[in-house]
Amino acid sequence: MILVLGGLWIGQNINLLPVGASVNAPIYDELFRVLFSIGTILFVGIVGLVVFSLVRFRRKPGQIGDGIALEGNLPLEIFWTAVPAIVVLFVGLFSYDIYERMGGMVPLAHGGHGDSQATEERVWGGIGTAGAMQAGSEMAVLPLPVEVTAMQFAFLFHYPEGDIISGELHVPSGRPISLKMEAKDVIHAFWVPEFRLKQDIIPGQPTLLNFTPTRPGRYPVVCAELCGPYHGGMRSTVVVESADDYDAWFQANRKLPVSEA
Amino acid sequence: MTLTLPQQSKPPSLQPTGWLRYLSFSVDHKVIGLQYLVCGFAFYLIGGALAGAIRTELTSPVADFMPRDVYNQVLTLHGTIMIFLWIVPVVNGAFGNYLIPFYVGARDMAFPRLNAVAFWLIPPAGLLLITSYFITGAAQSGWTAYPPLSLTTPASGQIIWILSVLLLGGSSIFGGINFIATILKMRRPGLKLMQLPMYCWAMLGTSILVVLSTPVLAGTLILLSFDIVAHTGFFNPGMGGNVVVYQHLFWFYSHPAVYIMVLPAFGLVSEILPIHCRKPLFGYTTMVYSIMAIVVLGLVVWAHHMFTSGTPPWMRLFFTIATAFIAVPTGIKFFNWIATLWGGKISLNSAILFSCGFIVNFVLGGITGVALAQVPFDVHVHDTYFVVAHFHYIVYGGSVFVIFASVYHWFPKVTGRMLDENLGRFHFLLTFIGFNLCFAPQHWLGLNGMPRRVAEYDPQFAFVNQISSVGALLMAISTLPFLWNVFASARSGEIAGDNPWRALTPEWLTTSPPPVENWAGEPPLVTHPYGYGIPADQIDLKDASGSDLWSNGR
Repeated sequence: MILVLGGLWIGQNINLLPVGASVNAPIYDELFRVLFSIGTILFVGIVGLVVFSLVRFRRKPGQIGDGIALEGNLPLEIFWTAVPAIVVLFVGLFSYDIYERMGGMVPLAHGGHGDSQATEERVWGGIGTAGAMQAGSEMAVLPLPVEVTAMQFAFLFHYPEGDIISGELHVPSGRPISLKMEAKDVIHAFWVPEFRLKQDIIPGQPTLLNFTPTRPGRYPVVCAELCGPYHGGMRSTVVVESADDYDAWFQANRKLPVSEA
Repeated sequence: MTLTLPQQSKPPSLQPTGWLRYLSFSVDHKVIGLQYLVCGFAFYLIGGALAGAIRTELTSPVADFMPRDVYNQVLTLHGTIMIFLWIVPVVNGAFGNYLIPFYVGARDMAFPRLNAVAFWLIPPAGLLLITSYFITGAAQSGWTAYPPLSLTTPASGQIIWILSVLLLGGSSIFGGINFIATILKMRRPGLKLMQLPMYCWAMLGTSILVVLSTPVLAGTLILLSFDIVAHTGFFNPGMGGNVVVYQHLFWFYSHPAVYIMVLPAFGLVSEILPIHCRKPLFGYTTMVYSIMAIVVLGLVVWAHHMFTSGTPPWMRLFFTIATAFIAVPTGIKFFNWIATLWGGKISLNSAILFSCGFIVNFVLGGITGVALAQVPFDVHVHDTYFVVAHFHYIVYGGSVFVIFASVYHWFPKVTGRMLDENLGRFHFLLTFIGFNLCFAPQHWLGLNGMPRRVAEYDPQFAFVNQISSVGALLMAISTLPFLWNVFASARSGEIAGDNPWRALTPEWLTTSPPPVENWAGEPPLVTHPYGYGIPADQIDLKDASGSDLWSNGR
């Protein structure tokens, strides 16, 4: 009982993750806390049993007898088959729920048909992806489109609205962002730890990734798939700014007038 | 050794005798087992030196210890050597060859010559792999060799890597066929399947996985080599190929490979614990079923390595659930081992300490494994140091700890002498502390944004990486007392006698070391390999405590 309460307390108070800076970060952290609680309870419990057994049942000097001839116990076996099964089922359902809230269960985007591309487009993203993909123009706020090109060993961000090419990703806080990602040479991965978001960028497979940043600041963009000698140096920065700051940056850098269509 | 009389009446064998037979094409399963073990350990030292190079590079956030392309060669070689030349050959080939014929009551494996061929594929494959570093530069694309990276890095190193892994895969398949045939067909008359020691079941399950999945890897790597040499386009997106298909095929082998590395370890622990606890193995039948459940589930979880590779949602969901459910049969085994400990008379020797270290490490690795199976969790930590920590807890904290436990347990059988227990406990302490110091902090690194396979990283992670490197140094130092112990004890250790552990399994019911034909007369029929312990009604009440009686009443 103490074990369970202690595990829950640790789970609620643990702080191992970087700050959350996107809409799905708090949802992720909720899952992390639940997994951490269950994991702590199990780990401490099992290690406690092992250590207790080793101390309590150790052979004292002079003892030569055997232990008890206990070959098995069916109810006990059923008990420790059923309990982990229930825990795993609970964790699975819970993470399914988390996954759905992050927008993971959206079917494949069929917007790709319009581009008459044979390759499929994959979607994974934060909350709002479902709405963004299905409702399209009915959305109050259109997602900001950015094209990401990953190559050995850099990310390039292209803003089609202003024809800006940038080495840093500038995004306004609170607005959904839609990244259209392409790799030129080998597999890369777009990872922002503070957004709890990672997506491989696979050559020949344009990939869509949606998210909504919430917390202004500068966060690292990290390549997470081995891509060659300078893989460790393939980093960039995502700058999350207030809408006004973003507009100022956008106006200062744009090359094309924004089409009012 | 007075029991080897029959040999004297035979004409002199063409096989060399004495220590030279360990360098020969011997068909004796015991010689082959030791060849696997010693050869594997030599490669472990090489792979460990490479790990040391990696940890040295990572003590500072900039790439200053070695050039970046060399770093990628080192991490590729480290992974390949540790998996294909150390853990797989040792937990399968070494202990399997030594023990399985004893356990089934046979005088050798089903196909002794195939067995020798399987071993002798390993040294050339390993030397090929290592010399590639000095001659052409080794492969740089990680042990996963994902295209297109493996197509664009220098071709010669990659081709040699493929050849080497193909040879090792072939060796593994030959071994697997041999184990299946031996366990199913070479059993002593009267010995039933459900009377076999647990390690036989583990090896049966493992060999099924080897035979089903290794050919897939072989085919995949042959296609990859066509892409490199003949410029075909199977996995080259520039020529209409698909790189995700490679990942599916690769992980169809390489996830079961994890079970190929840990199932035999499960079997070995199941042999060691009952003997040193003086108790029967708890729940024999459920242990057998859980091995088979792991085999079946292990074949249908591979795509959890690909949650960020543009995998469709239904596939992510299916593989999440399948992966998480592996925890159930695995959990059964762990609870059964704890129940085996419970109420025993445990000798706290090195074999038990390493086995319990295995339980502790593997439970942590299993818990992070269930977490990683959850798609939303995995999407953040995939390809980070969290994953590095997770699988080292499984393969090092799991399999390698069991290899050490097994060496302490079977050393008296092989040499007739005991290892020094004090040095053994010191070895355990250093290894356990060093291992946890090295890999536990890496969980935090991964959660906070350090990707794997990097030579340079964000300076904020420098301190934790240095802690990890200190742990790696401790692990390196911990092999010294072990090596000293093995060499010194083999020469002048305490004489063990035939059965120092008072064990009941058939390999102990002969001389130590055993004669070539395993038993001087008829092989013993052991129908209760775990028949230790005193029935509860005969327990000496003066020696028993209340909880002994209580736990019997459960």
